[in-house]
Amino acid sequence: MLSRTADNLYWIARYLERAETSARLLEVGARIALMPSAAGYRNEWESLLHASGTADGFARKYGDAVQRNLESWFFFDRDNPSSVASCITAARENGRIVRTALTTQVWDALNTAFQELRQLERRPRSEMELSFLTDWTMRSTALVRGSIDATLLRNDGWDFLNLGYYLERADNTARLMDVKYYVLLPRVDFVGSGLDNYQWTTLLRAMSSHRAFHWAYGGEVTAPKIAHFLILNSQCPRSLITCVEGMTNHLDRLARSYRRKTAAQDKARGILAELAEMRVEDIFDEGLHEFLSRFIGDMARAGGVIHDCYLNGDVR
Amino acid sequence: MTSYFNEMYQGTSVRAPYARLQDWMQAMPAELRQMKQAEAEALFRRIGITFAVYGEGGDPDRLIPFDMFPRVFSGTEWARLERGIKQRARALNAFLVDVYGRGEIVRAGRIPARLVYLNEAYEKAVAGFVPPKGVYSHIVGIDLVRTGPDEFFVLEDNCRTPSGVSYMLENREIMMRMFPDLFRENRIEPVDRYPEILRRTLASVAPQKCDREPTVVILTPGHFNSAYYEHSFLADLMGVELVEGQDLFVEGEFVFMRTTEGPRRVDVIYRRIDDAFIDPLCFRPDSMLGVPGLMDVYRSGGVSICSAPGAGVADDKAVYTYVPDMIRFYLGEEPILQNVPTWQCGKAEDLKYVLAHLNELVVKEVHGSGGYGMLVGPKATQDQVELFRARITANPGNYIAQPTLALSTTPTFVAEGIAPRHVDLRPYCLVGERIELVPGGLTRVALTEGSLVVNSSQGGGVKDTWVLAE
Amino acid sequence: MLLTVDHKTRYFYDQPVRGVVQSHRLMPSVFEGQRMRRWKVSVSDGQMGGGFRDGAGDWVQGWTVLGPVSEITVHVSGEIETTDLAGVLRGHKEIVPSECYLRFTRPTEADAGLVALADGVNPASDALAAAHELSARVSQAIAYTPGATDAHTTAAEALAKGEGVCQDHAHALIAVARHLGLPARYVSGYLLVGHDGAPHEAAHAWAEVHIAGLGWVGFDPANRCCPDDRYIRLGSGLDSGNAAMIRGIARSQGEESLDVSVTVAQVQTQSQTQQ
Repeated sequence: MLSRTADNLYWIARYLERAETSARLLEVGARIALMPSAAGYRNEWESLLHASGTADGFARKYGDAVQRNLESWFFFDRDNPSSVASCITAARENGRIVRTALTTQVWDALNTAFQELRQLERRPRSEMELSFLTDWTMRSTALVRGSIDATLLRNDGWDFLNLGYYLERADNTARLMDVKYYVLLPRVDFVGSGLDNYQWTTLLRAMSSHRAFHWAYGGEVTAPKIAHFLILNSQCPRSLITCVEGMTNHLDRLARSYRRKTAAQDKARGILAELAEMRVEDIFDEGLHEFLSRFIGDMARAGGVIHDCYLNGDVR
Repeated sequence: MTSYFNEMYQGTSVRAPYARLQDWMQAMPAELRQMKQAEAEALFRRIGITFAVYGEGGDPDRLIPFDMFPRVFSGTEWARLERGIKQRARALNAFLVDVYGRGEIVRAGRIPARLVYLNEAYEKAVAGFVPPKGVYSHIVGIDLVRTGPDEFFVLEDNCRTPSGVSYMLENREIMMRMFPDLFRENRIEPVDRYPEILRRTLASVAPQKCDREPTVVILTPGHFNSAYYEHSFLADLMGVELVEGQDLFVEGEFVFMRTTEGPRRVDVIYRRIDDAFIDPLCFRPDSMLGVPGLMDVYRSGGVSICSAPGAGVADDKAVYTYVPDMIRFYLGEEPILQNVPTWQCGKAEDLKYVLAHLNELVVKEVHGSGGYGMLVGPKATQDQVELFRARITANPGNYIAQPTLALSTTPTFVAEGIAPRHVDLRPYCLVGERIELVPGGLTRVALTEGSLVVNSSQGGGVKDTWVLAE
Repeated sequence: MLLTVDHKTRYFYDQPVRGVVQSHRLMPSVFEGQRMRRWKVSVSDGQMGGGFRDGAGDWVQGWTVLGPVSEITVHVSGEIETTDLAGVLRGHKEIVPSECYLRFTRPTEADAGLVALADGVNPASDALAAAHELSARVSQAIAYTPGATDAHTTAAEALAKGEGVCQDHAHALIAVARHLGLPARYVSGYLLVGHDGAPHEAAHAWAEVHIAGLGWVGFDPANRCCPDDRYIRLGSGLDSGNAAMIRGIARSQGEESLDVSVTVAQVQTQSQTQQ
């Protein structure tokens, strides 16, 4: 397929996943803000802005982290390239460009999300609860995802869509965890405290994973259990290893159908092999933040290799 | 008061082609009609066919009103139109081959040299080149109006990249979905072979160096273009890639597209971008839409471009006047379809006449399109007339004038029920190894009562166009 | 006259580029005044693309370089026998009608200054004499001053400045000729300058005016003469851009710089030394 088409498909998925993450961040922030906190809620919102990589943009536009501005920023603001509105608009535009590579159902879901967004933008903000906006986002993105799974031909386009989903999700999970561990918990004596537990639970909730976690682990919520769940447990749909497995799987499919292996397969396999061998203790020995930073870097490099091997049009 | 030819009624009796529509029309209660109309609109929205025809620009999400009442031609009527359209398409192509070759028609004094060679659309860069099968214009869109049972006039020719054909196809698709009974009762010639014939036509003009099943692509200026939907629709129906300039590159003697599996050679490019933008090395150096080096590959027989660069010189409004002469000169035949009498303001005596009769005439810019830069004398205010008088006087060569034609009407669904509205017709003639014409075309209708302007930017809508099987 | 040419154009890119595409007019024109002995064009790391003779009789040759490269050299070397035809382009095959060369382009637009320069010249009685007169007036009005203008200077600007190089002279002559209804065009080529054999920094350019009955006739206002056997004609066009010897585009974000060296030398043949 045209490299540009593959690139458009890949970015449809990345934008949709990113829209979902922005909604999740918004939810985490709102919940944490309801908590008494040592450093004040502003500090926590700052951390979320850092996690989304848009702190500078927010500071330039609004300065202070006021709740209402944050809601605008994460949901409606077109100046924030990661806002729900920006991402859904970009995903739909990418979809329009490659309309013929999508089924009617996928296009319908994507287009409907965009049309509804335009209606939301016209409604008075006071009418809309935060949870309404985040629920709407989850539902809209899930509908697209479902239509893709149910109706799309399993060709290379499908693989590029899924690569986008998995890559973005891996990156986002790592960032969300990093926020919790590194920023929200600056003091070691919080570890194991009620506050610590509450924050972890909030994080799980934001990933729609707290029930799954309890079923899988039971008992106390502890940092090692959470780290295991979100990094090494391939039953968890958002864990790093699940995402990397997904990437590897789709890259292997591409290699088979193109009858050609590239550096992308090697890169993904390398990351997967490391995760598969890893124990929770290794992660904490390295330091969770250090590990996550390294992983985020790895994902960025994997994205770069995929770009060079398939999407940039210079493939020989 | 001008009387207009009504295509359905002759006095009180119904003309034969519309016979079966009479019952259909009467049997449809207002509520059902409204429901169907809403259904049609929802279908159009859903498939995303929201674009402007004829390069009118504007809101890409705008929907052009669809009128459910079909416009009908009998097989006999169509047979004559078909002969006339094909004749015109042949003559236009012969003209193009000639003026980029020896220019016999100019040498013979049948058309002024300056009109051709100083024409903005004349591309010196393709002089001396004969494209495969001697075809410059592969899709000829001929705009026709009707003024009586047997009177058809050609309003203009479109030799570059006429748009709107997706409406012809979608209108039919939607009508068949909504009114299957109508199609059982009437024997209507199908139009859905168009994409396949277009693909075959394009493949038939593969370049000299192509020694295999040719790879055809559609080149679009991109998703911001108002006709992007049509580009992607046609690519999908033909099963060919829709590419932008950035997807193509020249290497050695050929053009390739960038795919996830590496470069893939392209043999025939159906381009929907203007000459000026197709190759920054040859034409506008600031073009980001084109492919550097494309013209060198084209002229050395490595790729075909449809329509061929330079084809525009044949559909210029000033050259239009000479098309009947072209038909006589190249084909030795009498024109089957008539031109609208045209005054060229560049000629002193014509100018004098036009300025004296502005209130009766339609004045058009030679290079204008989409119903802009146009004066409809009888409908214009005195201010508008004076504005045009000033413009024409300042630059007479840029204007032509034609009599206001009594465009035929067909029944159209309007708020109050059914009423006659003026229509035109654009059929799409395909020219490759063979000349083919799908029985049908795009009927545009002026939805405003009494209006003669069918452009969608000015209140025009579209209709399904039927040709009945004999 | 037997002339040798050695013409190197080097492109330097501050960042490596891929996908360089060029279109050349670097082959000598085919007409009675020129007989090619040998001629070779090469492009470093280049792949030769499609070539064809265009409607104006020029050989156009495409080239591509895949890259990534930081430098490209286009090298022309050849040997050619020339004959003085007093500027007349005799025996040149072309199909583009002369009327095409009445079209104005941005660099050849005739402004009030150029119109004034043509004042009183009447091509109706003797077009050839008129063309000579126009050429002389252009030479007079624009002093040859290297560096006074650049590649984008228009004829009108050069005239206003009163200074320019061969490109400006050619554009000015084209503008005034077209203004009087004489088809005129830009010609690119080489010129044997002096006998020192030292390389120059640029190739040469002049104009041709179409004279009914005679055909295309060359005029070189920069040197106040008509092209003779010191001139090598390569290609023509509506203006300098349209007639460029090398047109190219590189797919890159970076900057490009250029270095040109041209050496035209006369070969002393046996017969000539005996004359």
